[in-house]
Amino acid sequence: MKRLRELGLLQQGFLVVISISSIYPVWFILQTAMKTNQEYMLRPLNLPQGLRLENIKEVFNSFPVLHWAFNSLLVCIFSVGFCTVIALFASYSIVFGGWKSTRAMLNSNIALMVIPPVTLVIPMFSLMVDLHLMNTLPSVIFFYTGLFLPFSIFLLSNFMKSVPRELIEAAKIDGLSAISTLWRIVVPLSSAAIFTLILVNAIYAWNELLIAMVFLQQQNSRTLMSGLVLFQGRFSTNIPLVMAGALISIIPPLLMYIFGQRFFIKGMLSGIGK
Amino acid sequence: MIESQGSAVTVRGKNRLRNGRYREIWPAVFLLPAIFMLGVVFVFPLISVVKFSFYAGRVGDLAPVGFANYYNLLHDSVFLIAIKNNLKLLITAPVSVALALTISLILYEGVKGWRTYRIIVFIPYIIPGTVVGLSFSYLLQQSGILNTVLNRLHLSKLALDWLGNGALSIYSVGGLLIWSQLGFSVIALTAALLSLPQEVNEAAIVDGASKWQKQRYVIIPQLKNTIQFLFVLQIINALAWVFPYVFTLTRGGPGNSSMVMDLFIWQYGFSLGSVGYASAAAVYLLGLSGIFIYLYSRIRRNQEEL
Repeated sequence: MKRLRELGLLQQGFLVVISISSIYPVWFILQTAMKTNQEYMLRPLNLPQGLRLENIKEVFNSFPVLHWAFNSLLVCIFSVGFCTVIALFASYSIVFGGWKSTRAMLNSNIALMVIPPVTLVIPMFSLMVDLHLMNTLPSVIFFYTGLFLPFSIFLLSNFMKSVPRELIEAAKIDGLSAISTLWRIVVPLSSAAIFTLILVNAIYAWNELLIAMVFLQQQNSRTLMSGLVLFQGRFSTNIPLVMAGALISIIPPLLMYIFGQRFFIKGMLSGIGK
Repeated sequence: MIESQGSAVTVRGKNRLRNGRYREIWPAVFLLPAIFMLGVVFVFPLISVVKFSFYAGRVGDLAPVGFANYYNLLHDSVFLIAIKNNLKLLITAPVSVALALTISLILYEGVKGWRTYRIIVFIPYIIPGTVVGLSFSYLLQQSGILNTVLNRLHLSKLALDWLGNGALSIYSVGGLLIWSQLGFSVIALTAALLSLPQEVNEAAIVDGASKWQKQRYVIIPQLKNTIQFLFVLQIINALAWVFPYVFTLTRGGPGNSSMVMDLFIWQYGFSLGSVGYASAAAVYLLGLSGIFIYLYSRIRRNQEEL
């Protein structure tokens, strides 16, 4: 009995250590962003002396952070929106389109999921130069939309497989067109998976660095991530300012997670856990 | 019995659809946008990156050089360091899956507050790699937070120069990778655990299996598919998704000791403007990940057979 209790304590202790190391860096960003540079140098571990927002203000004054955040938001909305719609149509066609080669389609889709994006960047760069889309948001939106598709099709078609075929057949007999079957029957049934997909892709789009850095090089065309890397050079001696920038950039994904957390885990269950 | 019924239904359904396919064009129309996007974003670049790899010079001023880029890369000490580092990062796959499995098994026992732990452990996965790299670059500095804490705990021997020491820097990158990906594996594993049939567990207990025996012989084998999936996912991450971490943490330094392939490709392609050279490196990376794509498809096939 005693040994069991000891084991329980050990387990709790282990989980506490893991939790602290999971949260501490986020806490570090938050508390450092509130400190003056001197305060950080002298007492990096201590609590900040109050809720000080000067760093945030200074960050907003030094860089067009609001503009970047708006760019990130537009990139998120459009790439995730396009990708979700295209993937819904494609998955519906793959699962219910009566193709002979459904399996081959899904397998080649999976092969695309493991292709490193960095290998696609150079040809895409020359394409965007040819199309005069460099330093415009559509270049990144287009790239992200395509890049998210394999995973989105994977997740949605996996989910749609569990939609009873009889339902689709019945809709057809009732004279519903393919598009309204998709819209009125399949989409409502897949809403948990769709929601997860939107969250995962939106977080990816918000967080992506390499592509944003390559395609958006003008000050006003940047996204928050590709702008944030400039902080490292500009504020190399003022860490609290860098952390203030970091803080601004993690608030949206954290909020998305906190509010979407339940769906996140549920959708993960349906798409990946099985 | 149930299975054969199910397949009879699908076969009938398929036939009906197949008969109608000559009249119906919607399946093709619905697929078209995806095919177009995948063609432009994947197929076209994959073909042209191979084409570029046989040229040298800047875009618009390219001269064919045959296999010279491929040959030179194999004699480029920085590129070789990059490949070695990516291979070293593969260690993160078993470490992070084992860690995630340990955590998930503890959570599965219904430890007090397990839901809260699960929510917390997932948080790092939400934080952008750029921010992870930035904040850890301060946490891991020689005079950074980690070493300050270690010194205060009288563990000065453990207070190493995590980023400045060339022998250590790539492992620090690996640590970041584990830190930020762990939550995903925990969520996937707990999801898989929660969907296990309870009867088997109960039967094992009735048969008098100890807790360890139950975990080793009953639970873990049932998680095989999820574990394989996560393992391959981690391998892909370690091979080709480290750019934001390395770029902000060490920028490949000190020296080139923490250079990785995606940073190398970016540097030659966009900083130094050697498009052909970068493309050849990209083809090598594709080849390397191709091996794992093959492995993954094998695993998938096994999964579908089960």
